[in-house]
Amino acid sequence: MTEFTPDPYSPSIVSVTDRVRPVALGMAVTSAHFLSDRIAFVGGEENVALVDASGEVSKVAVHSGGILSTASDGKRLVMGGDDGKVVALNAKGEVTLLATDPKRRWIDAVALHPDGAFAWSAGKVATVKSGKQEEKSLEVPSTVGGLAFAPKGLRVAIAHYNGVTLWFPNMAATAEFLPWAGSHHAVTFSPDNKFLVTAMHEPALHGWRLADNRHMRMTGYPARVRSMSWSAGGKALATSGADTVIMWPFASKDGPMGKEPAMLAPLQARVVTVACNPKSDVLAAGYSDGTVLMVRLEDGAEILVRRNGTPPITALAWNAKGTLLAFSDEAGDAGLLDL
Amino acid sequence: MSEVTSSKIPVTVLTGYLGAGKTTLLNRILSENHGKKYAVIVNEFGEIGIDNDLIIGADEEVFEMNNGCICCTVRGDLVRIMDGLMKRKGKFDAIIVETTGLADPAPVAQTFFVDEDVQKNARLDAVVTVADAKWLSDRLKDAPEAKNQIAFADVIVLNKTDLVSKGELAEVEARIRGINPYAKLHRTERCSVALADVLDRGAFDLDRILDIEPSFLEADDHDHDHDHHHHGHDHHHHDHGHGLKHYHDEEMQSLSLKTDKPLDPGMFMPWLQNLVQTEGQKILRSKGILSFRGDDDRYVFQGVHMMLEGDHQRKWKDGEPRESRLVFIGRELPEETIRKGFESCVVS
Repeated sequence: MTEFTPDPYSPSIVSVTDRVRPVALGMAVTSAHFLSDRIAFVGGEENVALVDASGEVSKVAVHSGGILSTASDGKRLVMGGDDGKVVALNAKGEVTLLATDPKRRWIDAVALHPDGAFAWSAGKVATVKSGKQEEKSLEVPSTVGGLAFAPKGLRVAIAHYNGVTLWFPNMAATAEFLPWAGSHHAVTFSPDNKFLVTAMHEPALHGWRLADNRHMRMTGYPARVRSMSWSAGGKALATSGADTVIMWPFASKDGPMGKEPAMLAPLQARVVTVACNPKSDVLAAGYSDGTVLMVRLEDGAEILVRRNGTPPITALAWNAKGTLLAFSDEAGDAGLLDL
Repeated sequence: MSEVTSSKIPVTVLTGYLGAGKTTLLNRILSENHGKKYAVIVNEFGEIGIDNDLIIGADEEVFEMNNGCICCTVRGDLVRIMDGLMKRKGKFDAIIVETTGLADPAPVAQTFFVDEDVQKNARLDAVVTVADAKWLSDRLKDAPEAKNQIAFADVIVLNKTDLVSKGELAEVEARIRGINPYAKLHRTERCSVALADVLDRGAFDLDRILDIEPSFLEADDHDHDHDHHHHGHDHHHHDHGHGLKHYHDEEMQSLSLKTDKPLDPGMFMPWLQNLVQTEGQKILRSKGILSFRGDDDRYVFQGVHMMLEGDHQRKWKDGEPRESRLVFIGRELPEETIRKGFESCVVS
């Protein structure tokens, strides 16, 4: 993966660094999400910084401790904290308490369904709340590493040790178990609902084709995969964890089985965050040295958004139209780029 | 290495068999006026009554790494908790991980060796084992976990010494030394031990592997009561010249190797790698200071089961004897094989 390493700052690279509007957030940032036309930069603890299109910052207190997990549908942001609370934040800055763990355990994972249902986990128990229905909980054999809703129907994937449990909370049938040895963290469905992918504790992804539960091993990373993003239309899955963006092809019925991933935007730094543009075949990649690049998927052409020399990029987000990119480094030096 | 380690958050692992006094020691650490803030990771089903702002319940979920190494187990819950804690960096100075009485310390230690993200932010400081002076001897016979915890320890707090006679105390100490002669041993009542003796030990810091002489050959923090009237209730003890009891544990031993001749690095490193690959399940801890042929630097290494880390440490000082010393603590160590293997790496 390291053979092809062009100098990213050679004169040939297009730079739009001068078009970025810098925003100083003044707090550690772990992720970013668009809520309508505002951007929610999630802090490491306690606060979310809401930034509007003009770059004005307002801070909203959401948790009384560390913010451990986030999920957003573009209209609201659901968060789990080490205060045992699940809260939601909307674009107006209104905070709603959704649930409290009776034992005040950490809320390790949250997920949000397009129809408004949400899920969270504390320890081994995953809970789903859908509309006016009662909460429904399922205990899995070990601590939940990640949660995701399937794009269709009310179905939840619960990642844990040695596999993923697929659960229909509204059906009496027992949950389905997809085994694979090891510890599974983040989990995601492909947008077409055909594949399920987990990021594992070891530097690898594991996938299942849901039609027949065939395994897909996606290995070769030098570091754990912390960030995954589906390209527009779900044709490929972009991932962090290497010194290039690793893109696994999912356009065919076999997904990445027997195929090599594309390796884009190699730098002498680790890719730590990826975010695909929701409308066009472009992605943004954030690196461990503070670099942000925009990359065209078709030919790997790169545009420099932010130079290196800062803490790692922890937050990257596109607005729904794909016309505005927001990013932040770990220390809260953020930026907005209009396209 | 020192600069790097100093910015990492130190992690103390607190082990000990059920009822030995882990919670007492933990509360003593937390209540003392040290001006430091600790994040404490306790077992969810463990004892309660710990007074601290930042307490996290853990589940002690051990899983095998998918790297083909069967003893390469890590604590998955710790990986997750460390991840979450790092979002609150700056809110605490150190981390204490209390294990259950039945826990094997190895997966905890290995978590800090194997996981890149954990390693980036935190460093293992020491494994501190609290032992019950009254009951440890019995537990060493019937509870393999208790033996593991003694063998693995960097620091042993031998607690409840007020509940035993001098003779019994000498007996239990000798049994501890029969398993692990290298740990620092402190005799306490109600876990009354100076914090400096259990915290910030740097036991896994390569730069501080300065001396690997058995600890009881140096002065421990107390006078030895040499017991002269022991009786034959164990088939393997014998008297040392000065009256200190010595037990040989049938199952768990330490093995020390020493040579004043240089080692051949081309022979030694593959031998050591191969040794921990093949015997790593038996070897709990290993440490060494090495003198290689044609190398003016001291080389130090340490390991937990199959995991090794090593580095050039510093120049040998003028007049310092260029000796190589290695220590293995483990279960049913193949002593002859290890000795022969080591000797074959010596430049003759």
